[in-house]
Amino acid sequence: MSSAAPAARPRRTLLLGSGALQIGQAGEFDYSGSQAIKALKEDGVFTVLLNPNIATIQTSDGMADRLYLLAVTPEIAAEVIRKERIDSILLSFGGQTALNCGIALHERGLLDELGVRVLGTPVRAILDTEDRQLFVDRLAEIGVKTARSIACNSPAEARRAVAGMGYPVMLRAGFALGGKGSGIVRRESDLDAALQRAFSGGARQLLVEEYLGGWKEIEYEVVRDAGDNCITVCNMENLDPMGIHTGESIVVAPSQTLNDEEYQLLRTVAIRTVRHLGIVGECNIQYALDPDGVDYRVIEVNARLSRSSALASKATGYPLAYVAAKIALGYDLPEIPNGITKKTTAFFEPSLDYLVCKVPRWDLTKFHGAVKQIGSEMKSVGEVMAIGRTFPEVIQKALRMLDIGVMGLDPEAFAFDDLEQELRHATPRRIFGVAQALAGGMSVERIHEITDIDPWFIQGMAPVVGMFRQLRAPGAALVPELLREAKGLGFSDQAIDDALKLPQGSARAARARIGIRPHYAQIDTLAAEFPAETNYLYSTYHASASDVAPGARRKVMVLGAGVYRIGSSVEFDWCCVNAVRTLAEQGFETIMVNYNPETVSTDYDICDRLIFDEISLESVLDIWEREHPEGVIVSMGGQVPNNLAMRLHRAGVPVLGTSPEDIDRAENRRTFSALLDELGIDQPAWRHVTDAAMAPRIVEELGGFPVLVRPSYVLSGAAMSIAHEPNELQLILARAKRVSPDHPVVVSKFETRAREIEIDAVADRGELVLWAISEHIEDAGVHSGDATLVLPPQSVYIATIRRIRRIAAQLAAALKITGPFNVQFLAKHNLVKVIECNLRASRSFPFVSKVTGANLAAEATRRMLGVAGAGNVASLELDHVGVKAPMFSFSRLAGVDPMLGVEMASTGEVGCLGEDLQEALLHALHAAGFRYPARGVLLSLGPLEDKYWFADEARLIHEVLKLPIYATGGTAEALATLGIPCTPVAKLPGDSTSAMELIESGAVDLIVNVPREYDEYGRPDGYLIRRRAVETGTPLFTDLQLARAVIEALWRRRPGELGVRAWQDFMRPVRRPAD
Amino acid sequence: MAIDPRWRLELEDGTVMHGGAFGAARAVAGEVVFNTGMAGYVESLTDPSYRGQILVLTYPLVGNYGVPPPRTSGSLDGPFESDRIQVQGLVVQHHVATPSHHASARSLATWLSQEDVPAVTGIDTRTLTRRLREHGTMRGWLAPAQMSAADMRAQADQRDMRNGIFREVAPPEPVRYEGGPLEVLVVDAGAKDNIVRSLLAREASVTRAPWHCDLAPLASRADGILIGNGPGDPKDLGPLVSQVRSLLATYRRPVFGVCLGNQVLCLAAGGDTYKLPYGHRGVNQPVRDLQTGRCYVTSQNHGYAVREDSLPADWRPWFVNINDGSNEGIRSGTEPYFSVQFHPEASPGPQDTGFLFDDFLRLAGAMKA
Ligand SMILES: Nc1ncnc2c1ncn2[C@@H]1O[C@H](COP(=O)(O)OP(=O)(O)O)[C@@H](O)[C@H]1O
Ligand SMILES: Nc1ncnc2c1ncn2[C@@H]1O[C@H](COP(=O)(O)OP(=O)(O)O)[C@@H](O)[C@H]1O
Ligand SMILES: [Mg+2]
Ligand SMILES: [Mg+2]
Repeated sequence: MSSAAPAARPRRTLLLGSGALQIGQAGEFDYSGSQAIKALKEDGVFTVLLNPNIATIQTSDGMADRLYLLAVTPEIAAEVIRKERIDSILLSFGGQTALNCGIALHERGLLDELGVRVLGTPVRAILDTEDRQLFVDRLAEIGVKTARSIACNSPAEARRAVAGMGYPVMLRAGFALGGKGSGIVRRESDLDAALQRAFSGGARQLLVEEYLGGWKEIEYEVVRDAGDNCITVCNMENLDPMGIHTGESIVVAPSQTLNDEEYQLLRTVAIRTVRHLGIVGECNIQYALDPDGVDYRVIEVNARLSRSSALASKATGYPLAYVAAKIALGYDLPEIPNGITKKTTAFFEPSLDYLVCKVPRWDLTKFHGAVKQIGSEMKSVGEVMAIGRTFPEVIQKALRMLDIGVMGLDPEAFAFDDLEQELRHATPRRIFGVAQALAGGMSVERIHEITDIDPWFIQGMAPVVGMFRQLRAPGAALVPELLREAKGLGFSDQAIDDALKLPQGSARAARARIGIRPHYAQIDTLAAEFPAETNYLYSTYHASASDVAPGARRKVMVLGAGVYRIGSSVEFDWCCVNAVRTLAEQGFETIMVNYNPETVSTDYDICDRLIFDEISLESVLDIWEREHPEGVIVSMGGQVPNNLAMRLHRAGVPVLGTSPEDIDRAENRRTFSALLDELGIDQPAWRHVTDAAMAPRIVEELGGFPVLVRPSYVLSGAAMSIAHEPNELQLILARAKRVSPDHPVVVSKFETRAREIEIDAVADRGELVLWAISEHIEDAGVHSGDATLVLPPQSVYIATIRRIRRIAAQLAAALKITGPFNVQFLAKHNLVKVIECNLRASRSFPFVSKVTGANLAAEATRRMLGVAGAGNVASLELDHVGVKAPMFSFSRLAGVDPMLGVEMASTGEVGCLGEDLQEALLHALHAAGFRYPARGVLLSLGPLEDKYWFADEARLIHEVLKLPIYATGGTAEALATLGIPCTPVAKLPGDSTSAMELIESGAVDLIVNVPREYDEYGRPDGYLIRRRAVETGTPLFTDLQLARAVIEALWRRRPGELGVRAWQDFMRPVRRPAD
Repeated sequence: MAIDPRWRLELEDGTVMHGGAFGAARAVAGEVVFNTGMAGYVESLTDPSYRGQILVLTYPLVGNYGVPPPRTSGSLDGPFESDRIQVQGLVVQHHVATPSHHASARSLATWLSQEDVPAVTGIDTRTLTRRLREHGTMRGWLAPAQMSAADMRAQADQRDMRNGIFREVAPPEPVRYEGGPLEVLVVDAGAKDNIVRSLLAREASVTRAPWHCDLAPLASRADGILIGNGPGDPKDLGPLVSQVRSLLATYRRPVFGVCLGNQVLCLAAGGDTYKLPYGHRGVNQPVRDLQTGRCYVTSQNHGYAVREDSLPADWRPWFVNINDGSNEGIRSGTEPYFSVQFHPEASPGPQDTGFLFDDFLRLAGAMKA
């Protein structure tokens, strides 16, 4: 048993990744995949990775032996298996995407045919857990309880089942992700809509189930090896009870309200279940637990690494993914060392002497028309984890980490029209509603009745609410006792200053005087029972001493990206991890500060010291005063650390790279614009509007509509928008809440039909040393984060490119840039205007680095350290093309219009390489969910000129792709006049066949919809068509430029003509030994 | 609960930590030990193995789910493991005064006061634990902050760990619990109630006899003997050790030792025991069965252990601790005698080794027939 791994040792293993980040499947799988690769390589297994997510660490140079930046589909996986002579495959490290791809490979007999062995949990067990009916049956075999349920395969069956069950019922889809298609149906009248949603997008199975709303929701992470040794690593309790997806819930670990009897009951059931199912590796089991007695139901088992397992790993310090990979290779738990203590093994159950609190981050306010309520379907786009020793300490830290402009659990953070409704129908703000209810004197009991939140949590919030009241009370003063108590309750210095109406810095100064400081404790997995060498730390005001002394070597601190949100996610984690690695190569001790559990940067073995804590002026200064690093890197983690640059600088903290004054010059619109004028660099005309009345005149000065409006004061959500005419402008200004001299609104000329181009670059003391230029396929007006990027540019004049490089060089010199930066341009016939310039790593750094083969993040870090590095790569000379395509999660955001605009909406991205633009584009779109059309194309082409502009492509669809064209009113007429045959259809259901019906029936499998005018809700017309397309998963293009590029690509590259090549093969020509 | 008077914890190495009192307000002394379990304080506080000790809990929040109502005297109901709180005193990081649980009838503070046991909250139990780990378990005192060291040492209540304690934790005379056909003699030197519950649940009848009574006549009627857990140093239980030694000379049916029972069996067989630097107290101790290679997570609470190389020739190590390699169980190579250092009855902790009771009774049944 404790013999080494078995004889049939895998030699060439394929690891399936999870693809683009999307709601329900985010950065956590970069963490699990990266750990798996590490485990495999330690064992000398030749590792091949299939994952198109170009922004991840796992798809970095030096990770897998071979990398395929391609869609995770059975077809491509099979092709890779053949090419790489794969003998084994790992399915459980790439989320639902990898799992479902593995199931498909199995069901098509490809695994047997190609002689590929599934490592870890066998497919049989995966099917038992993914098929909700099989699952219920399997658990019944050992008398484990599940909710009363009926599995249905059609709406009709479901209707019958519901009739039998009675309302409310729970609907749950099988093989789904993030609760997709699930929901609570409370009354007959909601049933049809719910069933339509549930079955659209080709759901294979629906479970109609007894509704367990109000029961506690508990999760356990379980590990089992082939020798049948089995442990539970961590349990977690949802603050939000059953009915709110665990991914949407505030979660604490370990459980707080379970006694030993309940804890052990669920633990024992978990182990029996996992043994019975035959899991080999890691899995997650979810329970509903009766709050009024000792009774439970198993909700599901996820037979793979999951968001919860990543959270559990960070919460306990137990590297679940790494251990799962070792088990897949044939090791038994007692043979795997505990990387934290280095003295014990992986066969044990962590004991925590702290607690953690996870809170999800939503961006619903970014989307007009989004349903605000949260429930059994995931909508959140990120999460934070706070570590501390009391509930108030962790909940307050966590809420600040969300970066939504709150000072903690502030009862006054938000105003609610109807507090009771807020409590009853949870939204992302419910927790603040609870605080407000407490502040308003509502009893814990009453709040519990309305919310079903366990009174323990509500009680735990009371002292915080009380302290806010105390601090805000007239005459309250900053006395030591109060200060000490407030810090113990997790208050930030700023919250204390604000509540006491004292100038910024008062609380901090007082703390320094009295000597109130946080201490830093180790996450050591064994509650101090064994000496641990761990470098994984958190801060708390409940410790009397720190566990470890500051390191003695020369060190640098890197500030992470914080919570993932739309506009900032894994790409910045990639930059941070690369910075840390480069620092280590240069011989520095590295300190990583971040609080996002779904990241690789918070994996304690990537740095010398991981401080899992807030990224705020307060926390960074506290760490700095203790560790005194030689410098802090703020330019790799996106806007969160970048925003601290100036304040850290003023506080005397050495910020590496470009001086914070210059960062500020670029961030501030006035000074930056002045600089551009001074350098004779063109920019879109803009003005400050400080009074709505003067707006029309200013629009005149700018040369008329359309204009781009940017309120300077935005709580959260939709900041920028385009005004096409006066009313729209007034509407936007009204939405901007405040328009005043100290809250001016920036109005710029919106350049139509302009190309958008970006340069990502590294400079050294004002000199451009490394750069790459990408163009957008879409015209300017689609946010750079949602645009389809092409590198190297295919359609931009050489002159323009030269001009852009020259401007970048001018800016680098003028701003004395050392380190990373990014400039965005508009190009219209070869005039070039600068939109913005960020003196930090940008979203596209991983993309350009991996397409060109030159690591911009590493180079930028070396330059910030004063180390001269390898020179430039001529990205124009590449003989391959890279395309970065966005991934949207509209299907999860009920009500949202999938239109693109100046506000970013995508949740993730993929990046693929090809011999030419067409190949790279089709690969990228395919990886983001696009499928070759085979049945029919629906055209609904907005403005008249667009209709004619698309003529050639329409003709291609008819003559070359030989697909029937369906077109809405005006479009049909236009095509007719051009002599392109098409079937006219109505937009809305009526007497004649409508677009909607075509989409429903699947008669069309490609839709091009470019809206013309806006409907009465201010929604562009064709909303219903786009919405239906999204819900049925039908490929949809709303940008004409992209649509044209796609049709051309489809014409040049027929299905099956796409090459399957590894990243390493593309790199061979450009690779220089230097990096 | 009254407002917290300042209170202090003092260790023999001079360490002093201040906190607030909850529970009884009297000075106590005892060996300071830590437990790393994250739930199960009711079970632990009533575990007789903690008799005379000051218990430190490393999990920072204690009292979350309150305490059930007192059980009727003579009842064996869990989660209580005996009919009173056994620890001398309790030390926690943060006492939760407002519990929430369907089974809770009173707060932890109320219960401690009712049973006159002092407790202190607001102590950095992690730093305290690291100290105990580095220096090994130490004597310590819980006392009002302002009480002088001299008064504290003079007045602090403490148990006589060498003699008196063993009688305090054992019933005055044998108690019988009707169950199934099999007759089990439980030798009680502080055995947890759940050992008895575990046997009854498996259809055995139990005679729970104090270690100091004459065991031979009871043994002659028993299909199997279970020597339970208990506090203190097994070497202070000389009388029991020699009783067991003479039993082993004649008794040919299964003898099963748990925790202290493991050590007693070892000494009776001629082996030796020693004191661990800071013991094993928690619910996450990994052990390996040396016969099957299978590993289990176990519940443990002991400061002494069997010295493996002292075992007589016909005894073999059975279980070993995966973390520190210490012995976790032994068995005779010739007779149906076996024992474990951990707690198969769990409560608190994982139930993974409950099968040992099945094995014990199966064997007893087989040998009876
Ligand atoms: N029978 C039920 N009654 C009430 N809520 C439920 C029920 N089943 C599931 N849920 C809720 O729906 C959420 C999603 O269900 P789950 O099966 O876990 O989906 P996923 O597989 O996407 O995690 C759960 O986290 C839980 O809050
Ligand atoms: N003057 C303009 N004319 C046309 N499009 C613009 C103009 N300014 C910005 N945009 C579009 O809006 C998008 C977002 O603008 P940007 O200033 O980059 O916002 P962010 O700071 O969110 O990146 C750009 O990517 C570009 O497509
Ligand atoms: Mg789930
Ligand atoms: Mg699931």
